[in-house]
Amino acid sequence: MEHDAEEREVHLRVEDLSVEVEGRKILHGVNLDIRCGETHVLFGPNGSGKTTLLMAIMGFPRYKVTSGRIVLGGEDITHLPPNERARRGIGVMFQRPPTVRGVSLAQMVSLCSRDGVDVESLAADLNLSEFLSRDVNHGFSGGEIKRSELLQLLAQDPRIVLLDEPESGVDMENLQVVGKAIRKLLQKDLRRRRTRCGLIITHTGYILDYVEADMGHVLCEGTIVCSGNPREQLEGIRRYGFEECARCTR
Amino acid sequence: MHALKELKERARTAAEKPAPYGRDLDLRAYESEAPERPYVESLDQLEELGEEDLARAGVEKSGRQRSGSFVQIDGTVVHRKALEKGLEILSTREALEKYDWLWDYYWKAVAVDTDKYTATVELEPYEGYFMRALPGSRTIYPLQACLYIREPRFVQRVHNIVIAEEGSELHIITGCASEREIRAGLHLGVSEFYVKKGAKITFTMIHNWAEGMDVRPRSGIVVEEGGLYMSNYVVMEPLRSLQLYPTARLVGEGAVARFYSILVAQPGSELDVGSRVILSAPGCSAEVISRAITRGGFIAARGHIRGEVGGVKAHLECRGLILDEGGVIHAVPELEGRAADVDMSHEAAVGKIAQEEVEYLMARGLSEEEAVSTIVRGFLNVRIEGLPPLLEREMRRMMELSEEKAL
Repeated sequence: MEHDAEEREVHLRVEDLSVEVEGRKILHGVNLDIRCGETHVLFGPNGSGKTTLLMAIMGFPRYKVTSGRIVLGGEDITHLPPNERARRGIGVMFQRPPTVRGVSLAQMVSLCSRDGVDVESLAADLNLSEFLSRDVNHGFSGGEIKRSELLQLLAQDPRIVLLDEPESGVDMENLQVVGKAIRKLLQKDLRRRRTRCGLIITHTGYILDYVEADMGHVLCEGTIVCSGNPREQLEGIRRYGFEECARCTR
Repeated sequence: MHALKELKERARTAAEKPAPYGRDLDLRAYESEAPERPYVESLDQLEELGEEDLARAGVEKSGRQRSGSFVQIDGTVVHRKALEKGLEILSTREALEKYDWLWDYYWKAVAVDTDKYTATVELEPYEGYFMRALPGSRTIYPLQACLYIREPRFVQRVHNIVIAEEGSELHIITGCASEREIRAGLHLGVSEFYVKKGAKITFTMIHNWAEGMDVRPRSGIVVEEGGLYMSNYVVMEPLRSLQLYPTARLVGEGAVARFYSILVAQPGSELDVGSRVILSAPGCSAEVISRAITRGGFIAARGHIRGEVGGVKAHLECRGLILDEGGVIHAVPELEGRAADVDMSHEAAVGKIAQEEVEYLMARGLSEEEAVSTIVRGFLNVRIEGLPPLLEREMRRMMELSEEKAL
């Protein structure tokens, strides 16, 4: 995998982005600015467009950008296919990835690896050693899918990490492993000079117990209605629900 | 000899009997005559076929890592030799002369009056191999057999008999191939397999015919108590038509049959490939698995499992991928339970490559083309259980060779 200009500051900008899916307008003029080393979280009720935003950033053709643009490190990537975005350093964790028959997890990991990645030891860290020879995602439990996705991302080592509900369907024990892997992906244990950035969709906010976020956004009906301190936002959502967030802008 | 007369009589009654599947072929359209070829004591003396020709048929000319070889070109057996103790390789006609008891196996696993193709193999001159593993013998290396067609319009008739005696193991790699430029030709192959108590036969077949070839194998397998028969059947190269529906009869307690078929139909090819297992003793089990891909050709993927007694277990799986317009995949899985306590299941799926899978791989950095190729190779990558590692490596290697050209 190529990582051009590794040293250059990564910067993902989503400008006034509107997206439709199968003719239905989902996102309306979304703006986001994720700078080098930052982690942002995205809150929002079901159906508010959180996954759509991630998928549009990754560039899947089903998610059609009708206006606005996505800019990565100064380059307009709005119309690049997903593999080109991956090559430029965007990596996504799928919530419900498909099974690919006959392709083992080990093969999958080596397909997305940069050179010199030690697959075995990464897999051991995620308790996935025994899964390496299995068909990717075939018969994996919720927690196993998360760990398998993180294993692939760790091998891919993206500069921009997009995570779709990393804690959903994961029990407490696995949550620790998942949290640790995400910290590693986002270089959370570096005190300074972090170069990775992340955008994490979270429903419950549990992930914030493991991964500190710099900024939170609340997405309602396809629009970001609030950006600010993620802990305060979570507190507010827990207490008053998303309805209050939506009302907040009016 | 009375029995032989009766066989001929039965064959004559079936001489015009068409097969239920596959296009009907006019046997009069083919030539029975082909030049005699000289016999060679060792494969490296074989001038008729080069290393590459043989490699296409899965045959290692050096004979390295093989326990013996059989090569037939058109109607002549040009080489047959067993290199390890406990193994026998002869031409079927030689074997019938040598062993009187062999007549008890002759046309016992396949009925001579199955159709006009079996009938003509009995009524007209034929060759073919006899392979036998003596009781308890186990070889590390597989036997290799090659049936090759060089003469245009030739009809190659073979009658093979394979016997794994009690407690023995026999691994066979067979390649069927022809000259590339052959516009028409017919291969009729009768194969009878006998797996004795506690014995094991694995049979790996790679086809490499020319575009004008028609192929009609007719195979029957009898598996006794605790025996195992396993077939790996790979067809990826173009040919005109192929039709077979081998039947394995599991007659002893705990007998096992496994059929794996990997089929790729090129435009203009018709593949009608089925596998049938009849489970007639308790504790028997069977697995019939096929993967079919069409690049524009026609594939019928059939399977039939019949459970005749309780306490048997079987699974049938047909998966098909249509990669190109004009391609047809017709999956016909059949389950027939004849006792209350049978456990039989099937699953069949035909469709195109899931876009979701392509995108998943693209998100990891693969181009669309790379993603499709990874998915297709994965689709064909059936996990074959029970094949010795050496044979599995060989099979993978041969499959990769074919895949490169076919996909």
